[in-house]
Parts: sequence; C-alpha cells; structure tokens
Amino acid sequence: MPAAAIEFRGVFFTRPGRARVLDDFSLTVDAGDVLALVGRSGAGKSTLLKLVNRLLLPDAGAVLVLGRDTREWEPIALRRSIGYVLQDVGLFPHMSVADNVAIVPRLERWSADRIGPRVHELLDLVGLPAAEYGSRWPDELSGGQRQRVGVARALAVDPPVLLMDEPFGALDPLTRAELHAEFRRIQSRLRKTVIIVTHDMGEAFALADRVGVLEEGKLIANERAATVAASTDPRVRRLLDAVPAIPREPGATAHP
Amino acid sequence: MRSLIAFWIAHRAELASLLGQHVLLVAGSTLAAVAIGVPLGVFSARRPRLASPLMAVAGIVQTIPSLAMFGFLLPVPLVGGVGARAALVVLILYGLLPIVRTTIAGLRGIEPSIREAGVAMGMTPRELLRQVELPLALPSIVAGVRVAAVVGVGSTTIAAAIGAGGLGEYIYRGLSMVDTTVILAGAVPAAGLALVVDATLLWLEKQMSARRRSRSKRVAVTLAAIVAAIVTVSSVAAARRGSGAIVIGSKNFTEQLVLGELLAQAIERDAGLSVDRRLNLGGTLICERALISGDIDAYVEYTGTALTAVFHQPVTSDSSAVFDSVRALYAKSGRTLLAPLGFNNTFAILVRGRDARSAGLRTIDDAARESSHWRAGFGYEFVERPDGYRGLASAYGLRFPDPPRVMDLTLSYRALAAGQVDLIAGDATAGLIKGLDLVQLDDNRRYFPPYDAAVVARSGTLLRYPLVRSALERLSGRVSASDMRAMNYAADVEHRDIPLIVREFLAHVP
Repeated sequence: MPAAAIEFRGVFFTRPGRARVLDDFSLTVDAGDVLALVGRSGAGKSTLLKLVNRLLLPDAGAVLVLGRDTREWEPIALRRSIGYVLQDVGLFPHMSVADNVAIVPRLERWSADRIGPRVHELLDLVGLPAAEYGSRWPDELSGGQRQRVGVARALAVDPPVLLMDEPFGALDPLTRAELHAEFRRIQSRLRKTVIIVTHDMGEAFALADRVGVLEEGKLIANERAATVAASTDPRVRRLLDAVPAIPREPGATAHP
Repeated sequence: MRSLIAFWIAHRAELASLLGQHVLLVAGSTLAAVAIGVPLGVFSARRPRLASPLMAVAGIVQTIPSLAMFGFLLPVPLVGGVGARAALVVLILYGLLPIVRTTIAGLRGIEPSIREAGVAMGMTPRELLRQVELPLALPSIVAGVRVAAVVGVGSTTIAAAIGAGGLGEYIYRGLSMVDTTVILAGAVPAAGLALVVDATLLWLEKQMSARRRSRSKRVAVTLAAIVAAIVTVSSVAAARRGSGAIVIGSKNFTEQLVLGELLAQAIERDAGLSVDRRLNLGGTLICERALISGDIDAYVEYTGTALTAVFHQPVTSDSSAVFDSVRALYAKSGRTLLAPLGFNNTFAILVRGRDARSAGLRTIDDAARESSHWRAGFGYEFVERPDGYRGLASAYGLRFPDPPRVMDLTLSYRALAAGQVDLIAGDATAGLIKGLDLVQLDDNRRYFPPYDAAVVARSGTLLRYPLVRSALERLSGRVSASDMRAMNYAADVEHRDIPLIVREFLAHVP
C-alpha cells in the first residue's frame, strides 16, 4: 500500500491584502505518483508548491512532507530533499552547466570525487553529455537545453520529491513534446513523487498519473487522468476544451 | 615642458616618495571603503526603509567640499587632526557613497527567479549571498570601486593641505610659489594616476561581466598580485620620508617653507637627528592643532598672529610686550616660544611701484585718499583676522567702492602686478615685492601689531632633546628681514630649490 509522500490537511492560506488563495484545501499525493495540478493563472498553483517546500507556511491546517509537518522540518533540510524546477529555470549565469548541476551536492558537502561522476550521470540522464555540455555556460544553451539542466540540477542529490512550476511553459511545441517524452522516460526509472503545476491540460495528460483541477482555492477534481478527461463538470470541461484539437489532414487516408 | 622634466629629474627621489604616498592613501582608503561599503550595501539592500535615508546622508557627505571636510575633522579626537590618518578618514567617507550605491544596485538588479531558485534549492541566506548574489553583483560593485578610486586620486591631492603628503604637496607648493612648473609636477602625475586607475578597474569590470568563473579567478589572482606589488613598492617609496625623530611643520607659503626647511636642516646638522618635514600645512589653525596634538614638534609662528589668531587677545603694538604675553600663553599649554629669529613679517600694504611713483604714495594714509576709486584684493586669512581688513579700514578710513576681492594670498601679488586689483595686503618679507616691482606703504598709524618670527615647539620635545633646543636657539636673531626677503626672492622669483637656498644660508650661521 503506497504511503502518502505529500499531504495537505485542511489548509487555509491568504496572501496579505488579497483574496483567500487556499480555502480548506486537502490533497494527498502517494509516493511515486505524478500529480498534475491544473488551473487558470492566479488560481494559487505556485502558492501550493511554496507551501510544500516551506517558502510559505499555512495560516491554518497542515502540510505534511514524507509524513512530517513542514513546521517541524528544518527548512534548509526540507528544501534540499525536494527538487524544484521552475519555468524561468533560474540557472546561475556565472556558473558552468556542470557547476549549476553540482550546487546542491556542494551545499551538502559531498566530496569532489563523488560530485564529478554524479554530474556526469545526471547530464547523461537528461541527454546532455557532460563531455560536450559540462563546461558550457547557461547563455550558450537553447531554452530546451536549459530546462534539461534545470531538471538535472533538481535531481542532483536524488531527492524523493520533485516540484515543477510550469516547467516547460516557455518552450516551443516540438521541444516541449521532446521534453515530455524525456520526462516520462526519466520518471519510469526514478519513480519520484512529483507535483507539476500547469495551466495546460494537454501537458497534464502528457505527464501525469493523476490530474487535479484547482479553482477558487479548492480542488474540484483529483482523479486518474482518463477519468478527468471524461469529466462532465462544466468547470473542468472549460479547461479541457481549451486544449487545441489537431485537425486531421483531409484525404490523408484516402490515398492509395 | 623641458623645465618640468628637469624638475622631475632633479626631484626624482621626492617624486617617487610623494607618488608612493599618494598611491598608498588611495589604495588604503579605497580598500577600507570596500570593506565598510560592501557590507553596508548588502545590509541595506534588503531594507529599503534604511537604504533611502542612508543614501541621502551619504549623498550629503559627498557634496561637502573635501577641503571643508578636512577642516571639520581637525578638532575631532582620534580620527581628526593632521596627517595621513585624518586624510584616510575623509577619503574613506568619500569612497563609501559610490560603493554602497552600486552594491545596492547590483544586488537589486539580480533576477528574482535566480534568487528564488537558490532559496528553493535550500541555500542559507549566507550561501545565497556568497555563491550567487555577490558574484552576480560584482561587476556593479567594481564599477563603484572605480568611481571611488578615481575620485580618491583627486581628493588625495587636497589632503596635502593637512600634511598627509602625496602629489598634492607639489600642487600646493607650486601655488604658494606661483610656479606653474611645480604645480604641473604634481598635477600631471596625479592625472596620469587617475587615468591608470580608471583603465585598470574598467578592464577588471569587463572581465567580471564576462561571467567566466575560471577567468575571473585568474583575474582576481592577477589583480591581487598587482595590488600587493603596488602597495609594497609604494610603501618602500613612501618610507623614504617619515619615521624621523623630530617633526617640523610649516604653513603654506614660501617663507614658511623656507623656515621649516631651515629648522629641519639646523636640527639635522647640529643635533644629528633625522627630521620629518610636514611642510605646507593649510594655515595657522592647522599648524596650531598639529602642535597641540603632537603631530608636529615645532614650527615658526609670528608673535602678532599667535596673539590674535591663536589666543584671541586684543592687539597691541609694543613688540616685546607682545612677545612676553605670547610666550606666557604658550607656556600654559605646554609649548615653548624661543627668542625671535630676527625679522618682523608684518602685513605689508602693497601697491604697484608705478602708481606709487606717479601719485607719490608713501604711507597707508596716502592710499586712503585714493581708495574711493581702487579695488582691493586680500587673502582669506586677512579678511577674517581681527588684526586684518576691518580694523585696517576703520583705522585709516579706507573706502573702496566694492568689497575687497578675496583670493589666494600668493595669487594676490600677481593680481596686483597684472592690474586686476590696486592694493593688497602681503607679507613684508615676500620676495615677490622685489620681483614684481611692488611698493610697501608705511603703516604710519602703527595699526599692525608686531609679527616677529619665532620658533614655537612642544616643551616636552625640547626637554627630551636638549640638542634640538640648542640647535633651534642658535637661529635666534640670525635671520634678518633682508635675509628673509633674499631667500624668498630666490625661491619665488629665481625658482631655486629651497633646501639648497637654506643650505647656503645655514653655512653662514655658526
């Protein structure tokens, strides 16, 4: 029976001077599951991630990570056991690709002869061979390559939990599809507990085992992807209908 | 141009030591400003409510002219006074603003996502600062250091006014001797130094913005080596002077430079002690403070000046009574006034020889008749002193149509000769009086108190070094007004070297 890796228990959260972001919010993510949280911009998706790695604390209720309340976690230790991938990537421009990937291992005071092979392994894992890319600088990479480095950096100390904030939102569709495939390949090997927030239902289906829909501070759906796809809830349907259908090329099958 | 190069060659050892002092002052103050300014910038970058008042205060400090700042600091204990220490304090204050400002700007310019990534990866605030924020703000900080260092090269020339040394000494010396060559001898290397500092730090700034860690590490090592080399060489050069047993001071005009050199050579010759020359200090008040604080051991003061400007006593015209009361006043504060050197450097009311001859002017009374269509020009001190312009005007009924023009004392001789003003108050012993064909009018109402030149020294120094006392006493009564005028003439008009002039004079003193 899978244990809950992340759990929200009746969480209330209000940004000072603004409307309530989370209103009696509860959610459970099992270990090894990938949950995609979908919602419009401003629905509170990023806030939710920040509550997991204790960049924010709930007003009421509790967030549990690996069975412990985030209030009881030492924040630095908590953050180092959670990989974090964000849309802007946030690679450090003054460090090479290899140095960027090595940040958390260095913070954790790994020895140099342990860091080197680990960086190698991670860059290979995300399809950027270290020999070719390790000594490059972030501004010499394409957007897709930067995002791969971001993923490698998040995985560096093998954290059990991975948070991804609109990770592939800024990429062109082709690169994004490549990275989706890459992500599924990596996840099938590593089996991390992952929360991905996105406003794109298509991306949610491409990546996640389960899909949650966030609206006005509440979770209005949290089902297996196929179940959500078939939902009749009008609020869920609005998000589903926003996914562009790919028109079939006329007469493509009529050729001899 | 040729005379400039000849001057440098003749004074190469002194030039090297002044340049060394200049570099040390700039390097020392800039490094200290970095050590204080960067942490201050880091601290206030996160506290906007603190940052804006801090920048406002720093901005106000920046607008205070540096000469005024040196003046403010004179009476402040510990940091004030004269010499390199007080100069460092002022230079550090000036360097802080650009460094704090660019540190704040550099930190605020970092993209939020980069900082967010660091925090989310579990960096402590300290790790974030050292590994991410400071490296990214570094090009901006270096830009601030560049501004601070270049401004520092300029401000350091002014620090010579309080005896901090550096290339400003040539500039002040040249100004007091009205010798363009000597001014340029200090100004040209100072400008060159500013250009070199600017170019070096600009290069560094560009290396930093290239965001290449391996390269910037090499840059840092190179730079550290260069700075270490410069500081070592400068210290060696600067150390040629200083560390003497006795420190002799002087005010900032030719006669004082000559007298300061005279005291120094007399002590070196007769007492066999090494002497530090803190010549060219910014004025009576600065010399007085320096003597009290022990920054200098002796200088030559004039009895009338001591009575009025130092001790704020009413003016009298009896020279021995003035000497006695001044000696008693000095004795109360641990100083000893030795017997007068032998000449009275009273204020000399001067007009052009041409005017004096054509209008038959002999006394100040004669001049008062002409004053209604004349312009007067006076040094700063004469306008302010109780025995200066205001008393003179009422004693003789001088009525100039416009208020007197206030100008540098030495420049006023040139202004008179050039016809820009018609009457000035100079020194009776000034060599320029002869050199520029000026005539001294007789003080027929005996307005000016006597200004007998005499050595004033710290009593403690004289007790500790009896040979210094006898060396200085040997000068008493030995310097006549014509001796003094001749030496001033040799320095101001013939542009001869002061140490040489003094050596020749001293050869005749047993």
